[in-house]
Amino acid sequence: MEIYLYIALFAPLVGSLFAALFGATPKTMLTGIVASGLLFLSLVSSAILLNYVMMGHTVHVEMMTWIATGDLYIPYGFVVDQVSVVMMMVVTIVSTVVHVYSIGYMDHDKGFNRFFSYLSAFVFSMMVLVMSDNFAGLFIGWEGVGLCSWLLIGFWYHKESATWAANEAFIMNRIADLAMLIGIFIIYWNIGSLQYDVVFAEIANLPMPIITWIGIFLFIGAMGKSAQFPLHTWLADAMEGPTPVSALIHAATMVTAGVYLVVRANPVYDLIPDVGLFIASLGAFVAIFAASMALVNRDMKRIIAYSTLSQLGYMFVAAGLGAYWVALFHLMAHAFFKALLFLGAGNVMHAMHNELDPFKMGGLRKVMKGTFIMMTLASVALAGIYPFAGFFSKDLILEAAFVENHYIIYAVLLFTAGLTAFYSFRLVALIFHGEERYKLFGIHPHEAYKFMLVAMAPLLILAIIAGSFKLSYFELVTNLLPAVEYHIHHPMTYWMITIGTQLFVILAVLLAYKKYASWSSVPDGTSKLENCFCYKLLSNQYYIPKLYEELFSKPYRELSRIAWKQIDLKIVDATVDGIANLIYQTGEKTHTMQNGNLSSMLRWMVIGLVVLLVLAVAFTVGYNAVTMRAM
Amino acid sequence: MEITLAHYLVLSGVLFAIGLIGVMRRKNLLMLFFATEILLNATNIGFAAISHYYNDLTGQMFAFFIIAIAASEVAVGLGLLIVWYKRTGKIDLDIMTSMRG
Repeated sequence: MEIYLYIALFAPLVGSLFAALFGATPKTMLTGIVASGLLFLSLVSSAILLNYVMMGHTVHVEMMTWIATGDLYIPYGFVVDQVSVVMMMVVTIVSTVVHVYSIGYMDHDKGFNRFFSYLSAFVFSMMVLVMSDNFAGLFIGWEGVGLCSWLLIGFWYHKESATWAANEAFIMNRIADLAMLIGIFIIYWNIGSLQYDVVFAEIANLPMPIITWIGIFLFIGAMGKSAQFPLHTWLADAMEGPTPVSALIHAATMVTAGVYLVVRANPVYDLIPDVGLFIASLGAFVAIFAASMALVNRDMKRIIAYSTLSQLGYMFVAAGLGAYWVALFHLMAHAFFKALLFLGAGNVMHAMHNELDPFKMGGLRKVMKGTFIMMTLASVALAGIYPFAGFFSKDLILEAAFVENHYIIYAVLLFTAGLTAFYSFRLVALIFHGEERYKLFGIHPHEAYKFMLVAMAPLLILAIIAGSFKLSYFELVTNLLPAVEYHIHHPMTYWMITIGTQLFVILAVLLAYKKYASWSSVPDGTSKLENCFCYKLLSNQYYIPKLYEELFSKPYRELSRIAWKQIDLKIVDATVDGIANLIYQTGEKTHTMQNGNLSSMLRWMVIGLVVLLVLAVAFTVGYNAVTMRAM
Repeated sequence: MEITLAHYLVLSGVLFAIGLIGVMRRKNLLMLFFATEILLNATNIGFAAISHYYNDLTGQMFAFFIIAIAASEVAVGLGLLIVWYKRTGKIDLDIMTSMRG
């Protein structure tokens, strides 16, 4: 079985290096095909491993020693257990689909080969992250995905906004990664090992405050990667990257790494329910906070990004309340339908020549039937309507909140579910229904390549049927995660809640359709709605990016300017220049000595001789005086 | 009056000073050679006197070496001087500036 583990792990790396060989050359179809093929290989290996794990085994290998110094021993160890195999399946399925899709999407791009190199490198890092058997390896994968995310957000580096967004994402993550590193240090300091099995066996013996600090610091790391408030602003800006990147990294895999970390560290969080409650509350807040921003946004990709943020909030609620398997289940289901939604949005973008404002689209269902069906079904799944994937996973989170008696969280999540349905179908209605407003802008949309739609099909199927895996999934992961089942005891209450939620969601969908399906004009910022305070607040993202700009960026820029103008130029540079000038001036003044005239040279020689004699005498006298005194 | 070591050393110092001034002031290459000879012989006197004072022949041996080296140095120097004179017709130090940096 080890061989499958290695194939699953290293096939993407091979693909990435292969594509990198052609990185600087114009588009070669071969790179796309080889990279996708190797990922498919990785997918097959993961599936074999899944089958193996389902039979009740786990695979744990130690490839080689990484760091061995003193008491510190960290191997390149990889583990395939019930949790990591689920993540591996999610990562490989979504990335295989995205790779094949990208062959079509990046068709006309100059950086085709480079793109595949980065994308496969990302998958490799993600595999390291989920398969590592210790915190250090997890951190390496964590940084690897951060790097690849930076490379891919800034893929169109000639665009100012893209490089800005890439740097923003990278720097925000750096802040969180520092906290995570501190958490890892505390673990090592107190336990003396970073291996999961050792750490989780020992963690209960530590004093309570230390466990709390570990939990807090690790969660801050997770907040950065998963873009939780207040480190959330980078995710929406990351939409500057190519759409397949948004689908793979900023919806399905990388941003869920934070959830994975909390799920993986469940023995830690089980001991600190207070921190767990904080995580859940923050998750609920982010869920409604992000959903509200998605309500009014006029950028298709940003709407989906906010929806991702909101769903990540749901996952953290589940993880924070101790329902780790529910969190992981929602992670899985969400990865499928959200990636599908993004890829559909990519098709629309292609058709509309990179126009992102859904108000300028409308009526596209006639020309883009396949994309229309896929995006609608993905939105249904996202809204959580029976019997799609989102229903099972999201309802479980709601039930968990209800059963644990956190009624405020429950109410917030329920309301957010309505908002989710509303903004999802607002988007669908604006893009695919109503009048064909794109004609005003002289665009002739066309459907994407057939094979791109075919590539998306597995995601569509999974978005529809992922809910039916619930039982086998539950049996699988509860080998490792706490098997808490959430049943509302009274069947009457259960049905009332479930049906009530469904009715509420469907009502929100209908409302969205009613309001937007027959939209006929492009808003120009003059209507009453667009000028009210709430709308402005939401469309400016609660003014948080502005606040950060004022609070951090500007003072920092001012500080840098002072450091540049006052410290660097006036002290550091001045010192260096001064030394150089001194030497230069000395040379300038003394080069007349070297006039080639033998007579004056001899004179200088005599002067030198006299100086040396004087020094020798002075030194001898001084030396003698000192030794005399010593005697 | 008995002639002591000090007298020899004073003589040696005076000769050395004369030679040094000659080296610094003379503009004629030939005179420069004379000045260096005076310098070398000033040290020779010093060597010989101290050698005698300590009853150690090493100093006198050094004096002989210096005489031999001075002779060969003058031989080479005069040779170069003649060549230079043939080329330029002058032996003035101030015009010898082809090594100017």
